[in-house]
Amino acid sequence: MSKDGPSPAVHDRGGWPTDAPIDRTEHALADWEMLADALVGVLGGSGVMNVHELRRGIESMPPNEYEAASYYERWLFSMETILEEKGVLEPGELDARVAG
Amino acid sequence: MSTHDHDHSHEPLTNGDEPAAAARVRALAELLVEKGTVEREDIRRRIDWLVSRSPADGARLVARAWIDDEFKQRLLADARAAALELGLEPGPSPVVVALENTESVHHMVVCTLCSCYPKALLGPPPDWYKSLPYRSRAVSDPRGVLREFGLALAEDVEVRVVDSTADVRYLIIPRRPAGTDALTEDDLAALVTRDSMIGVAEPLTQPKLPAQEPPG
Amino acid sequence: MSYHVGQPIRIAARDHEGHHRTPAYLKGKTGRIERVHFSFTNPETRAYGEDGLPEQQLYLVSIPQRELWATYPGSASDRLYADVFEHWLQPE
Repeated sequence: MSKDGPSPAVHDRGGWPTDAPIDRTEHALADWEMLADALVGVLGGSGVMNVHELRRGIESMPPNEYEAASYYERWLFSMETILEEKGVLEPGELDARVAG
Repeated sequence: MSTHDHDHSHEPLTNGDEPAAAARVRALAELLVEKGTVEREDIRRRIDWLVSRSPADGARLVARAWIDDEFKQRLLADARAAALELGLEPGPSPVVVALENTESVHHMVVCTLCSCYPKALLGPPPDWYKSLPYRSRAVSDPRGVLREFGLALAEDVEVRVVDSTADVRYLIIPRRPAGTDALTEDDLAALVTRDSMIGVAEPLTQPKLPAQEPPG
Repeated sequence: MSYHVGQPIRIAARDHEGHHRTPAYLKGKTGRIERVHFSFTNPETRAYGEDGLPEQQLYLVSIPQRELWATYPGSASDRLYADVFEHWLQPE
């Protein structure tokens, strides 16, 4: 870790001590990941949710969830959080839709 | 993205290999379309744009810089304008900056806070770029990371790690390999890999051969 | 306060509740200005739906790696570059 630095939030990863090797396996984006990426882009372009709000939403994840989530799972969490905050989504509305 | 178009709600489709997030993202997309928050056509267009992005665009900038020193100076001064000059799309990020590797300086790019990346010019970032170990170690042990990628730099080469902390996106101009004087600009572009434009690898020294068909 | 290329600077050591783009490992460290970028809307307020005005000048700064990491395993000349907003900088 940095000398004498303040304690970083979970997303603030620079210099965290880790022995983990860098896994260089690559995967093509799944359809749902492409869709998540596109949704964020369209929401940004239409002024509903900007990239800073996206990042803030990601940063608000509980640390253990942040670390366990895949990249686009974090984006999903953020979209739900921010859109609910803005009243675009009603609480529980997405749960209800997924449950069918 | 489903191609059928109807008004009634339907159960989002999942297959057994997908995480729960897949169904959730599809359901979210359907909800937002129904609410009029997003247009289905805009999503399609955005997906088409994402699919069209690849490192070939970045490679063209590098190849042109290698053969045309005045272009290189323009690229270093304003990469966004240089991309537009070649008919490329520099992307929505307001500023793209190209940084040049030399025999005494080697640059490497990371985004420790998230995953900022010049995807308009390079396509989507590889998983490792977005990974927690890369984001942690790139800044505190860049030479160790480079060795993992197969690149060992001499002690007297200055390693500069660039943490993309704001809305500026960085593209590295790797060093032109020796012995390439006779190559055309297209041949040169074929040597420029995505990883060399991130700064974790050098360019190829010769073009990759096309995959051989197995006999029979 | 605006800064010019080559000027020595210190990155503010303050804690900041909420979204901000100055990584912890840079806070309180000293370096120099490498590049003057444009001004951008402030992510700290845009992240909460505000307009992010007034725009803040952004700088590319560099810091010797040995200043950042107690046991930096590289060359003495290695540097870390990062984009830092003007309101996170102090003259040094």
